[in-house]
Amino acid sequence: MNPALAAARAGLSRGRIEFKQTLTTPRDLISILITTGIFLAVMIWTRHTQVPGTHFSLGTATLVSVLALDVVYYGVVNMGDLIVVEREDGTLLRAKAIPNGMLGYLLGKVVNFSGQIAFVFAIMLLTGALLFTGLAIGRPGSWLTLAWVLVLGLLATLPLGAVLGSLFPSQRSAGPWWLLLLAGLAAISGIFYPITHLPVLLQWTGQAFPMYWLALGMRSALLPNAMAAVEVGHSWRHLATFGVLSAWAIAGLVLAPAVLRRMARRESGSTVAARREKAMRGA
Amino acid sequence: MEDVLDVRDLRMRYAKTDVLNGVSFAARRGEVLALLGPNGAGKTTTIEILEGFRMRSAGEVSVLGTDPARAGEAWRARTGVVLQSWRDHRRWQVRELLAHLGRYYAPYSTASVRRPWDVDDLLETVGLTGHARKRVQTLSGGQRRRLDVAIGIVGRPELLFLDEPTAGFDPEARRDFHDVVHRLADREEATILLTTHDLDEAERLADRILILAGGTIIADGSADELSRAMSGQSEVRWSRDGQRFVHAADDATAFVRELFRQYGESVEDLEVRRASLEDTYMALVRQAEQGAPRRLTVVAA
Repeated sequence: MNPALAAARAGLSRGRIEFKQTLTTPRDLISILITTGIFLAVMIWTRHTQVPGTHFSLGTATLVSVLALDVVYYGVVNMGDLIVVEREDGTLLRAKAIPNGMLGYLLGKVVNFSGQIAFVFAIMLLTGALLFTGLAIGRPGSWLTLAWVLVLGLLATLPLGAVLGSLFPSQRSAGPWWLLLLAGLAAISGIFYPITHLPVLLQWTGQAFPMYWLALGMRSALLPNAMAAVEVGHSWRHLATFGVLSAWAIAGLVLAPAVLRRMARRESGSTVAARREKAMRGA
Repeated sequence: MEDVLDVRDLRMRYAKTDVLNGVSFAARRGEVLALLGPNGAGKTTTIEILEGFRMRSAGEVSVLGTDPARAGEAWRARTGVVLQSWRDHRRWQVRELLAHLGRYYAPYSTASVRRPWDVDDLLETVGLTGHARKRVQTLSGGQRRRLDVAIGIVGRPELLFLDEPTAGFDPEARRDFHDVVHRLADREEATILLTTHDLDEAERLADRILILAGGTIIADGSADELSRAMSGQSEVRWSRDGQRFVHAADDATAFVRELFRQYGESVEDLEVRRASLEDTYMALVRQAEQGAPRRLTVVAA
């Protein structure tokens, strides 16, 4: 078998194993369920509030938009954070010490986080179908749109997460930035409130990042068509969504290999040992 | 025969400090080399350059016929690196992890070298059969190091790098590890380069010992050869009439013969000790630190 193909297959199975580990490790599972649960609780609370200018449930609209937040959270923040951690603890060095190990490692991460995102989507949509009104999950077009937006979203976020993770020197230094990044993006991406109510400058800033477009795409898939009326330009702007998400995906895919290679090149037994000593002293 | 390792005039400079200034040595197939030297002598730097994990400043390096700085994945598949684990892969089961890491080597299997190592056989070899289903995080320190060794050799490497492999081993684990190294070198014909602070271990494992000090190799030979070449002196201890004596003799045999001729049966508690590897090592390193750059090379007979 071709070595790269063998490594790719190993990577897929690595992702499956890691995903299974996430679901069977109580701490991880509970943390997923709690974050998802908190969002759902807020939405249930705002179920009877209406999106300004419509008679549509704000809770339902938020539920759909939060799916975009989830993609960015798992795809960029968790992916990046795990790369920082696994660089520190030597997992990456092990990958580097085996033939085509980095390929398998990264593919494993992609599978693992895609699995986690699918898992969270399932919880959200199931709850949405049972407890919320107005979710347009009956039409086949919804699922088709959801599928391409999600795939593009994964491509736009996962490589970006790997790049950001490679840039932070340690987990401790990375922590606060992730939170700032996520909260800041959510605030200007129209996740909890329509973006049209923000100052124009912030509207433009929000539209430069993938989270806004992911959320718009999710809303176009899962909300009634009439809801396009409260969006920028009164349209779902599918073409622009495709364009911006693709641009982020291409940028990430072009940048990631070089940045990851640079990071991996610096890894050796002594760099990992030095970090271990530093962590032990700090602990 | 082609050398598995061939290092010529290797130099490494960090900022303004020269860590390695002209390291040269070679290793033949199936040889076990121990790299000794005081802390900061550049052992780890040397091994990381050979592993392809660190770029050198100058010099020529050939590892399995290839420059590690430019080597690809096929070269990687023929080498093994034993890394010290910390917290990595803690949720994986031992057997699951070895089986997974072995998969990457399968395409590099040849008629003479079947890759990867059969997982159950490998577990047996490193003494982890009873822990196959355990999660890595539940292993004891010694068991984890056995797993590190197993990961290093799962691809049946032709060349294995071990940087302080037995640090933290208990005596039993150390004995088992030595058996694994002997088996690898003898049956698998693997070439092994290890660094250690344990002189006893170096003497027991290595066919050849390299001592690195002051950025160069100051000695190269078997433990026996080194001590013989370094100091012909042996220590002779005896007692006579309840009094103890110690004498350093160049020719111990002649000295003892003379001793018996003079005092006959009153000589008691006789002990003759050749300079140990530790004595030799200390003497060589001290000499190097005092700035006497000479290389002690013993050509194997």
